[in-house]
Amino acid sequence: FLGAGKPPMYGDYEAQRHWQEITYNLPIRQWYFNTSDNNLLYWGLDYPPLTAYHSFLCAYIAKLINPDWIALHTSRGYESQPHKLFMRTTVFVADLLVYIPAVILYCFSLKETSTKKKASICALCILLYPGLILIDHGHFQYPLSLGFALWGVLCLSYDWDLLGSVAFCLALNYKQMELYHSLPFFCYLLGKCFKKGLKGKGLVLLTKIAGTVVVSFAVCWLPFCTDMAQIMQVLRRLFPIDRGLFEACMFSSPPPCCKLANIWCSLSVLIKIKNIVSPQTQLKLSFAVTFLSLLPTCIKLTVQPSLRGFKFALVSCALSFFLFSFQVHEKSILLVSVPVCLIINEIPFMATWFLLVSTFSMLPLLLKDGLLLPYAVTMLAFLSVCAASFSIFEKTSAEDLQLKPFSLSLKGYVSWFKSFPKIVRSLFLLSVTLMGVLSLASAAVTPPQRLPDLFPLSVSVSSCLHFLLFLVYFNVVILWDSKNSRSQKKIS
Amino acid sequence: SARRVMAAGGRSWFRALALGVSFLKCLLIPAYYSTDFEVHRNWLAITHNLPLSQWYYEATSEWTLDYPPFFAWFEYALSHVAKYFDPKMLVIENLNYTSRATILFQRFSVIFTDILFIYAVRECCRCVNGKRAAKDILEKPTFILAVLLLWNFGLLIVDHIHFQYNGFLFGLMLLSVARLCQKRYLEGALLFAVLLHFKHIYMYVAPAYGIYLLRSYCFTANNADGSLKWRSFSLLHVTLLGLIVCLVSALSLGPFIVLGQLPQVLSRLFPFKRGLCHAYWAPNFWALYNAMDKALTVFGLKCNFLDPTKIPKASMTGGLVQEFQHTVLPSVTPLATLICTFISILPSVFCLWFKPQGPRGFLQCLVLCALSSFMFGWHVHEKAILLAILPLSLLSVQRAKDAGIYLILTTTGHFSLFPLLFTSPELPIKILLMLLFTVYSFSSLKSLFRRERPLLTWLETLYLVQLVPLEIFCEIIFPLTPWKQHFPFIPLLLTSVYCALGVTYAWLKLYVSVLTERISVRQKAE
Repeated sequence: FLGAGKPPMYGDYEAQRHWQEITYNLPIRQWYFNTSDNNLLYWGLDYPPLTAYHSFLCAYIAKLINPDWIALHTSRGYESQPHKLFMRTTVFVADLLVYIPAVILYCFSLKETSTKKKASICALCILLYPGLILIDHGHFQYPLSLGFALWGVLCLSYDWDLLGSVAFCLALNYKQMELYHSLPFFCYLLGKCFKKGLKGKGLVLLTKIAGTVVVSFAVCWLPFCTDMAQIMQVLRRLFPIDRGLFEACMFSSPPPCCKLANIWCSLSVLIKIKNIVSPQTQLKLSFAVTFLSLLPTCIKLTVQPSLRGFKFALVSCALSFFLFSFQVHEKSILLVSVPVCLIINEIPFMATWFLLVSTFSMLPLLLKDGLLLPYAVTMLAFLSVCAASFSIFEKTSAEDLQLKPFSLSLKGYVSWFKSFPKIVRSLFLLSVTLMGVLSLASAAVTPPQRLPDLFPLSVSVSSCLHFLLFLVYFNVVILWDSKNSRSQKKIS
Repeated sequence: SARRVMAAGGRSWFRALALGVSFLKCLLIPAYYSTDFEVHRNWLAITHNLPLSQWYYEATSEWTLDYPPFFAWFEYALSHVAKYFDPKMLVIENLNYTSRATILFQRFSVIFTDILFIYAVRECCRCVNGKRAAKDILEKPTFILAVLLLWNFGLLIVDHIHFQYNGFLFGLMLLSVARLCQKRYLEGALLFAVLLHFKHIYMYVAPAYGIYLLRSYCFTANNADGSLKWRSFSLLHVTLLGLIVCLVSALSLGPFIVLGQLPQVLSRLFPFKRGLCHAYWAPNFWALYNAMDKALTVFGLKCNFLDPTKIPKASMTGGLVQEFQHTVLPSVTPLATLICTFISILPSVFCLWFKPQGPRGFLQCLVLCALSSFMFGWHVHEKAILLAILPLSLLSVQRAKDAGIYLILTTTGHFSLFPLLFTSPELPIKILLMLLFTVYSFSSLKSLFRRERPLLTWLETLYLVQLVPLEIFCEIIFPLTPWKQHFPFIPLLLTSVYCALGVTYAWLKLYVSVLTERISVRQKAE
């Protein structure tokens, strides 16, 4: 949270400032259209309306302090110390108002963390997650969409379905990437309705939720609902489907070769997919693979809706989307990491491991922003805090990793499972060493002439491998999680 | 019992605290640094390149060497590590040289030398024993003391943002205090002698050390009623102490005496040409004195008691350090401040002599000496308030009365350090850290002493709460008003005068509590 001393990245920072400029000076009709005043090629608005409203609010405050910051046309590329302080403060305020309360309330509401002390330690670990801190306060991003999604999960854990839906709709209307989380929300609520019986209470709940969703969307999109062209243009800005499979991010300079921890990028190291299949087929292929990987979890969630299954489903669905879909940004891993933070007290070891890998996968981006030292410090701090609070190195047995049901059905490999904790621990140490070595190498060593992208590529390929393994793990946990295991836990 | 806590509960929490604060210090590396950064870089260059005979004569840069020889040797040792980071920083002519490697090296050297401070805090925690055995680790006095010392806001911003090497110096001081508490007198004396030759500002508290050692170590026994047993004077102890002091001084000043440079060294160490107050007034008695003088001047002008032509134009808060004359009240000379300081130290020293109460009495006298010299010293820097705050932390976790005084002194003292960091990016950092520290100190001390009466009266609480509007006014409202052009020094003036009130009040309260406690003990004994 002490991001004040860090330099902001030109891209996202300038984009946000530009959006404040547009939303304040131009009428709503022109926000998403390419006009003489609003050149969409220069950081055009491509997030849903709630972002626009938030930028408008910030611009209003900026106008009170110094109108030069958002003057139309003349304030492009504006950079000064007070302005940086102002922008950083807006991020911090957003954090303080939405994300941090959600985390704290969530930790205190968990049934497993009975004492205040355990809950506060859990909250501390979650808040110390390096990825979010570095991206929000170093790279520059607003944590509002994740915050609202968290509020949604929090409401659902109290069985306040309607409020939860509203919160999630707000999150969705802030950043369309929250669609990654939409399937679990949908399946969980649908499953709840089914459980209550499709005739009677279930149907009532279903209609209520549907109504709430429609109303919240309508409220957010109200100024745009006047005519169809507006809505189509906004949708076109949000989902530019006419771009290729490999364009990593609209804000960073397009890399010559993809450096994402995404399966297509990793595969492209070996085989050039671009040359084999056409863009249409690429799209269909990625859709197909994504949905195939999602299907088991979603079906299980609809048939057996449980809060625990819901949280795990959030993780695995988001991870599937991240790995297999097109037009992914490195920052999207945060959409997976935040749900993992939610289950940190159930599987502390794997969660810590995952969160470390997720921050590591963003290393090229962080190095570009000059955030090497904060990266190193926050990673070490996070690891030590988690190691101390959850004593993760002792809890690596199959039972602690929630793999007991799975191991029970694999009775043939009993002898292998005896040394399971040791194997897991050594794998973790190996992985951490690899991450450390690659981080140091990326920072200190210059790559050879023939392979200028050696280090970013190795970072993304190794992260991708890790993520694939984690995907398998999370899916296994969900699919083998049955009511029996939960009752067993209660007895013990 | 404290020792058992440290051993059994595991050093893990202490290690966690120390690691945590070190991580925080690493995050503060890119923050603003003051001219003290260039000062230390210059000293690295001087000690590395020049022979010993030139160290105190070198004057290429305006920041000449004005710490005693041991610190110069310390910089010399650092310079040998520095050449692996960036040899260019060791060139004397490279004034204001600030490459990334230089910044990294200097910052890391402060963080690294803080290890001594961490060790000293651990030793101090061993000396503190809590009366109640609290079940929860967070409520134990040792834990609270460790947090108050390791995460001390003032030390953090002075050392790791403003840039100074106070960490290990305070480590030496706290270590010597801990040794004296553990009755290892010779070690304590040795450590303090070494400390004096690192930074001579610790001379402020030398009377406390001297009298305590004389009373409790040189006279080895007391009479039945606690008064001094003159017969028990131990010549051996006195000679040992004297030997230590002479040895250390010889080691440090010896080479310069041989070279005949002692007057030059002394003139560098004690520059009296500077004015009574710094450019920003430290919140001591002279700040109040100056403010009174100014107020009377304005009043006198308005009522036509004074002749406007006779008043000098230069305003003393106008900027640089300079000598000036007071207009209404009598001017203050260095000798006057020395006499005032001496008089204000006397009662506490007498208390320590006539009724020593062991280590706690010594600590009280130490804090009083530090505070008194802060109040009346010549050209005191506001950083010197840390000299009083850190030892007072040791007392605050043991008695409720001291805790109350500690809260007032700490809050106002830390607040008075705010003008040191005047750049806008540091504003959120300093406010956030200050809030965290203040909230923690209040809540932990309140919960520690919850069975006794409240720590602060409503008047004191009101005073402390008023700091918030004052800060809002100084940082946010004032820059937006038209007064900024004509009276740019008003926020500094207000901060310094307001804090001076708090510091003076804390000083008087501590004095009164020490004196009345002695009297009641004496009455009990009789």
